[in-house]
Amino acid sequence: MSSPIPASGAPGGRPAKGPWISMRRRQTFWVWTFLALPIFFYSLIRFYPTLDAFRLSLTDWDLMSEPSFIGFDNYARMFADPNFWQAFRNTFTYLILGTPVSLVVSFTIAYFLDRVRFAHTFIRALYFLPFLTTASAMAWVWRWFYQPAPTGVINSILGKIGLGQLDFLQSTTWALPSIMVTAIWAGLGFQIIIFMAGLRAIPTTYYEAARIDGLGEGAILRKITLPLLKPTTVFLVVFSSIGFLRIFDQVYNMTTNDPGGPLGSTRPLVLLIYQTAFSSYDMGYAAAQTVVLFSVLLGVSLLQLWVLRERK
Amino acid sequence: MTSTTTRAPLKMTRVNPGRVIRWTVLFIGGILMITPLLFMFSTSLKTAGQIYDLRLIPARPTLGNYIAVLEDGQFLRWFFNSALVAVTVTCSNVFFDSLVGYTLAKFRFRGRQFIFIAILSTLMVPTEMLVIPWYLMSAEFGWLDTYWGIMFPGMMTAFGTFLMKQFFETVPDDFLEAARIDGLNEFTIWWRVAMPLVTPAISALAIFTFLGNWTAFFWPLIVTTSKELYTLPIGLTSFAVEQAIQWEKIMTGAALATIPTLIVFLVLQRFIVRGVMLAGLKG
Repeated sequence: MSSPIPASGAPGGRPAKGPWISMRRRQTFWVWTFLALPIFFYSLIRFYPTLDAFRLSLTDWDLMSEPSFIGFDNYARMFADPNFWQAFRNTFTYLILGTPVSLVVSFTIAYFLDRVRFAHTFIRALYFLPFLTTASAMAWVWRWFYQPAPTGVINSILGKIGLGQLDFLQSTTWALPSIMVTAIWAGLGFQIIIFMAGLRAIPTTYYEAARIDGLGEGAILRKITLPLLKPTTVFLVVFSSIGFLRIFDQVYNMTTNDPGGPLGSTRPLVLLIYQTAFSSYDMGYAAAQTVVLFSVLLGVSLLQLWVLRERK
Repeated sequence: MTSTTTRAPLKMTRVNPGRVIRWTVLFIGGILMITPLLFMFSTSLKTAGQIYDLRLIPARPTLGNYIAVLEDGQFLRWFFNSALVAVTVTCSNVFFDSLVGYTLAKFRFRGRQFIFIAILSTLMVPTEMLVIPWYLMSAEFGWLDTYWGIMFPGMMTAFGTFLMKQFFETVPDDFLEAARIDGLNEFTIWWRVAMPLVTPAISALAIFTFLGNWTAFFWPLIVTTSKELYTLPIGLTSFAVEQAIQWEKIMTGAALATIPTLIVFLVLQRFIVRGVMLAGLKG
């Protein structure tokens, strides 16, 4: 009962009051010593800039003169700006095409790769490798692939086997999907690894029970694998959606001669923000665009919470 | 029931054609995945006159492009910059994210929940929203075009803090109490007792932070203006734009940017894959 050292969480004895308080006090000292610098950091580098972005979005500022408060004019201007709507549409096109395609492909590969025993590590490495590359470097490799013949690899091969040529990055229709393929390729390895981790986490007893019940492969996939994989899938849907909503590196590098072109057909929101802020120095308007991006991303995150809650 | 019992032995047979086909398809798919990398390396070993030749193994491989690209030393400089930035930010994250994660997991104090939620809430705010205030702040403090300017936004992350908190929660309190009885101070307990117990989490955090900063593009593009301070991805972009249509030179630059991560991967494959799984499942 008079033990001077409190065993935390031990329900039995309540230690003598004196040393317990000094222990408490010493711990409080350490806690705030540990947290002092991080609290300062998060306040200055995260919280203040977040509020500042909202504030800036209500101003008109070209960096040269003083910022002037203009209320919600930037948002009104955005609403009427065809460039903004084009970028908004493009961003969602990346998302709506990219997310399902990359998830279906990565799940299919993970599902079969999971059962491969022969040279498993090697094959997994082949799929995983692109994830570790630098987006800007790979964007240039893909850009070269997409060039017209005789430079571009894909068109040269198409030419050799007697097929027609494709415009890829020169076409307002095909440039966006071409860039999207590059982004999907770069993220596939990560998704495959996460799916495989999810598949491994399903207890084998479920499968054994299903086999004893006489379920076929397809039924096991539909009734056991996919439902139990739901948390993994939801995580990847959100992760990949956020990735596509923030796409920038590939687009910027694959269209350097006309960023976001041809005719703005590949420009996502983040590139529009970059150009508004750091080419036109229209800081207030750019800040308003980042607020819109923030709202969209917040919506996606809340959707995830809602989907996961429903499961319980 | 009879159908399953008769089918079961069939699955056990040694050479299963379905399995062979599946393996082959996966293998071909895997080769397709790395085709861009193969072509990149192949072209980097070709002369300008050979680049229209689609053979993967060059007729007369040459290291001429590598010599030409590395000659003026700017690539080496970008390597150095990227390494410096990535290593510094990684060390900072390993230290601070662990410290904060540990404090939130292992101490009971007023405001604990509030601080945890506050840090976690920063995950909701995308970098893109912060770059304009960061840029203005950097202009004010003279951080534009400096190493510190590239590094400061990432010195601590909510993701790392959350990851480390999750892992420190699995460390039994008894270990820490025993160290307290031995008279160690709280900092030493954290560094000497708790940290060694969560090394898998530390390596996952380190791998993620390093990779993220090694390949970071958006913020370094904004904050750097002089070539001497470019990180490798930004340097590569400016180099590629200068080269215009000299694709063999561009591929050499891309290869140079890729080689270090490939080497690291080949050495640490097991670690990296496990780290990604760990972070993906906990995060």
